[in-house]
Amino acid sequence: MAASTETQVSGAQASAPPPPRRRRRWPLAPYLLSAPGLALCAVLLLVPLVMTFLLSLNSFSFYGGIQNVWQLGNYADIIADDYFHEVFLRTFRIAALVTLLCAVFGAPEAYILRRMKSPWRGLCLLIVLGPLLISVVSRTLGWALLFGSTGLVNQGLMGLGLIATPIEFMYTETGVVIALTHVLVPFMVLSVWASLQRLDPQVENAALSLGAGPLTVMRRVVLPQIVPGILSGSIIVFALAASAFATPAIIGGRRLKVAATLAYDEFLNTLNWPLGATVAVLLLIANIVIIVGCNRLVERRYKQVFE
Amino acid sequence: MNRNGPIALIFHCLFLGFLLAPILIVCAVAFTSQGYLSLPTEGLSLRWFRAIGDNPEFIRAFKDSLLLGAVSSTLAILVAVPAALAIARHQFFGREAIQALFLSPLMVPHIVLGIAFLRFFTMIGLGGTFAGLVLSHVIIILPFALRLILAASTGMDRAVENAAASLGASSWTCFRRVTLPLILPGVASGWVLAFINSFDEVTMTVFIASPETTTLPVRLFLYIQDNIDPLVAAVSAVLIFLTVAAMLVLDRVYGLERLLVGKGRD
Repeated sequence: MAASTETQVSGAQASAPPPPRRRRRWPLAPYLLSAPGLALCAVLLLVPLVMTFLLSLNSFSFYGGIQNVWQLGNYADIIADDYFHEVFLRTFRIAALVTLLCAVFGAPEAYILRRMKSPWRGLCLLIVLGPLLISVVSRTLGWALLFGSTGLVNQGLMGLGLIATPIEFMYTETGVVIALTHVLVPFMVLSVWASLQRLDPQVENAALSLGAGPLTVMRRVVLPQIVPGILSGSIIVFALAASAFATPAIIGGRRLKVAATLAYDEFLNTLNWPLGATVAVLLLIANIVIIVGCNRLVERRYKQVFE
Repeated sequence: MNRNGPIALIFHCLFLGFLLAPILIVCAVAFTSQGYLSLPTEGLSLRWFRAIGDNPEFIRAFKDSLLLGAVSSTLAILVAVPAALAIARHQFFGREAIQALFLSPLMVPHIVLGIAFLRFFTMIGLGGTFAGLVLSHVIIILPFALRLILAASTGMDRAVENAAASLGASSWTCFRRVTLPLILPGVASGWVLAFINSFDEVTMTVFIASPETTTLPVRLFLYIQDNIDPLVAAVSAVLIFLTVAAMLVLDRVYGLERLLVGKGRD
């Protein structure tokens, strides 16, 4: 009994292990217990998503509104139109860059955090993870103030002699990428931090005592063990960056569209709901393919690390 | 090797600076005495904090946000506790599928959920209502609540329950007096994480909120889209102060790392 409880505790974080057999068994009990949640998810998640898909098949005209016909015209429009290509390509480019920056800065930071001593570590972790709890609108407002109104970033860069003329950050991809990296980097730190928890510092010491230099230890001992953490963090960051809305809407403005702000405009400004729904369906499919597909790949490649 | 070198510490300081800069600038600009966006170089002033009082729509949105967060987190907990107990302690057909369904809102981008709910609620007549906001928020915060409660109920020692049952406690008494107190830390932290996620949500809510019923982040977002002035900086600063205060309490009581390491997607 004690042993089985212990394995349960250690496995609790990842996913629930199969429970031991019960003494009294009533086969309907688990279904009754999860019935409220099931009903909620079925009515409020599956039905609206199916309706969105159906809406994306409708057509739209400026005078007649939404036409109740079933066709793939909206998808054909998006595939054929250069404007939509540009928006989706930009979304992808921003998400890829943000993911790269988060990995490059977030992973070393998680490693540095783990090597810190007790009072500092807790405080710094609080500073790194805290922004996750602060409204994304407030954080993006901060970047808008730094980039635009006060121009502190440009003043600082010019003061340091790094640039000669001010860089345009507001309403540019550069600005969106920087602000999104700020919003999403805590997720990368969290993910790498979780994988570092499994790393025994004594292994590094062992490598050192066997004559490996610090760089070799990093490359041969530490990095291979945190790569799964970096990869799963990248999946989270990429998925969130590709569907981010508030930050691109504030920093990118109305001119620099990404997929999410495009869908928003079609819905609330142009009122072309079928087209907006089509963008949403494409975004959802891309998101699921990336999350599920990449998770499979990562799990297969690093099976031994996860076990 | 187990210490950070000078380069690592410089990197660390730059990283923290990067994280803190936008948050600090919002707080700084909020204290400006000027009528336009500027740093408070001419001395600190509270005029923009007082100005919030002249804009009752921010106060109303703040109250709505608090109520929405409280109601939807409570509902999410009521749904998540029995579901978590079912998943944690029963082996049944479709268990994995049910768990995946409960966690699936994490996989759907909030922009897609916003569109889906806007369409759905307009059709069933819940468009722009508080009930609609509550229902949609329950869906997005359910995974966070479920995960923490699931962790608590999986790690629980079943021997105490068996003891209570063998001493003649009914299943309800057993749940109320033994199981619930044991999983209470998980339930409480699940509620808090659900509340935070509901309170901060903007992408989905912007689609389903109406001018009469809206949340503070949505009100702020729509305001910022039109113009940025010291007033929004002051409102944001108040939000930041409140969040930091809540965060410090949370860190003392539960541990922020414990609460957040389960956050995000699997």
